[in-house]
Amino acid sequence: MSAGAKWSVLLVCLAVPIALSLTSPLLQWRDMIYIISALAGVIAMSSILLQAVAMTGLLPLDQARARRVHRFGGMSLCALVVVHVGGLWLTSPPDVIDALTFKSPTPFAPWGVVAMWAVLGSALIAVLRSRTLLRWRAWRRAHLVFASVIVVGTIVHAVLILGTMEPVSKYGLSVLVFAAFALAVRRSLCRHGV
Amino acid sequence: MSKMHTTRRTVLRKGAILSLSAPFLSLGSGAAAQALTPTTTMRGGSNNYRPGAPIVERIGGGGFWMTGTVRRASDGAPLAGQRIQIWAHTTEGHERDAHSHGATLTDAQGVYRMEMPQIVPAFGQAHGHLAYDSGDYQTVFLRPLMASPTQTSLSADFVLVEA
Repeated sequence: MSAGAKWSVLLVCLAVPIALSLTSPLLQWRDMIYIISALAGVIAMSSILLQAVAMTGLLPLDQARARRVHRFGGMSLCALVVVHVGGLWLTSPPDVIDALTFKSPTPFAPWGVVAMWAVLGSALIAVLRSRTLLRWRAWRRAHLVFASVIVVGTIVHAVLILGTMEPVSKYGLSVLVFAAFALAVRRSLCRHGV
Repeated sequence: MSKMHTTRRTVLRKGAILSLSAPFLSLGSGAAAQALTPTTTMRGGSNNYRPGAPIVERIGGGGFWMTGTVRRASDGAPLAGQRIQIWAHTTEGHERDAHSHGATLTDAQGVYRMEMPQIVPAFGQAHGHLAYDSGDYQTVFLRPLMASPTQTSLSADFVLVEA
């Protein structure tokens, strides 16, 4: 596959779930803040696909560039999670407080909250590592644990929600995220061991 | 969490069966009086509650029905004239909006029926909110789920304990 074709396929996989979520009939009954916060969640899930794919070695990028993409994707993911949770908080504070304190009646809430903490944890250890407060091997293990929690937590969170995502694209994106993550982990383990 | 989900659905199913059979059960017959298990407040039931919602003919334009029964736990007697407050995210507004809230009274058979706009999924589930919060009995907040977002009615029953 040519480089252009690879980028095109990735772009379609990232964009289709986002575009279809913008056609959800639920949007007509929501105000702008609620629409933006749900959209931020969908874009965040797509960005997790980008994160995983960047580490599979499948993209026509050298290692340094792939890392740069991954770093940019990680920072975007943090910002998207903040917009997602913050926007939901403004829409319905008691529902978000219930979710954050693990008292929500919705079964998907704790999966999302745990994934959120894993995203923030990944950001924290990235900062610690850049200040050489964390050794590479310890950072890598922690990063892999956080990444696993983010991937599994996000997929379960999304699948259980009756929301703006179009179902087929939601399941498709879930499969792609999991497959790309599995490939990235396998590559990492082959290269560096546990 | 999935276990709790199942449990709540089971409770709802039972509630639905009860309210379906309610018209045929003749709730008022004193001979059949027996104690009932009190309804407990559901998780998240009081979210976006606005105390003192006005008693209204219907909420907004209507088209969707919230129904149920209100009975006394000690002897199962139907409770007439009880105020039930209802709110939800509908085609006409968010849960927090005052115009999404309204209250109605139970009839002589302890049955309430409120017409309201179509409930639409919000915060990941299609659900309604109900409150009994009038003081004579202990306060109960319910948050029943719709099995499908295309449903045009939802039922929730109250079994109240004297305050």
